[in-house]
Amino acid sequence: MIAWDDLAVGATLPAREYGPLTLTDFVRYQGASGDFNPIHHDAAFARAAGFPEPFSVGMLQAGILGSYATDLFGAANVRRFAVSFREQVWAGDVLECSGEVTDRHEDGERRVDLRLEVRRRDGGTAIRGEATFVVP
Amino acid sequence: MVDRSAIGTTDDGYTMEVERGKIREFARATKSADPAYLDDPAPVIPPTFLTTQQFWSTPGAGVFSKVKMDLKRLLHGGQEYVFHGPPPAAGTRLHVRTRVEDIYEKEGSRGGTMTFVISVTEFRDDDGRLVAEARSTAIETARPPVEGGAS
Repeated sequence: MIAWDDLAVGATLPAREYGPLTLTDFVRYQGASGDFNPIHHDAAFARAAGFPEPFSVGMLQAGILGSYATDLFGAANVRRFAVSFREQVWAGDVLECSGEVTDRHEDGERRVDLRLEVRRRDGGTAIRGEATFVVP
Repeated sequence: MVDRSAIGTTDDGYTMEVERGKIREFARATKSADPAYLDDPAPVIPPTFLTTQQFWSTPGAGVFSKVKMDLKRLLHGGQEYVFHGPPPAAGTRLHVRTRVEDIYEKEGSRGGTMTFVISVTEFRDDDGRLVAEARSTAIETARPPVEGGAS
């Protein structure tokens, strides 16, 4: 885990890649989350809705970003985690998670505010995120 | 057509059990190998785990049935979770209630009106203490979504 002294405002977090994602990853997440929208696994349904093929569940890449952050800061330490969805993610995409410290607080308990991002390799931003973690 | 009179309405609420096996399944599905999720006998939940609330609600009974959004034009714009202390751990029972916080319209960048529906879900423990809150932004687009939009 990252030490408080390494978390100056503007410090960047070590980036990490996930994937390439597969249709099986989408299905596995749908089973785990309870979101069974067929647009994420049924090719005929996706095409009928105007898409070339099924695309990932936004909350899957959000969850991967959550795993990236809790691996760095600890599962019990998250206090806020927010995402906004940009580009869709497709089977075959490799995702790069990265982040930066935007603020830090020492009133009472030590906390850091983070800006987070999921980028598609060879593509654009899939998710912009923000998080707050306690740093024990 | 989205019904703006739905602002302020709440669902009937329901109870959700936080379970170790679901946490393990969810952690693996979101590519975490953290023993805090996989090996701890009473793991805390991952940051986005409360999305599994949909396993506990009654289909068709949620606030979205009152908002009357067109599901073919529905996008998930964003999601936020706030935890008032460490995230709840396996074995916790959560009392869940969702309200429609706001509904507003915006002109889309590709033309057409987009409608934004903001819903807030509160998760309380058996003592009534507010453990976590979720804020969700749903978007009804002017036409079915196209590649490059939100997911």
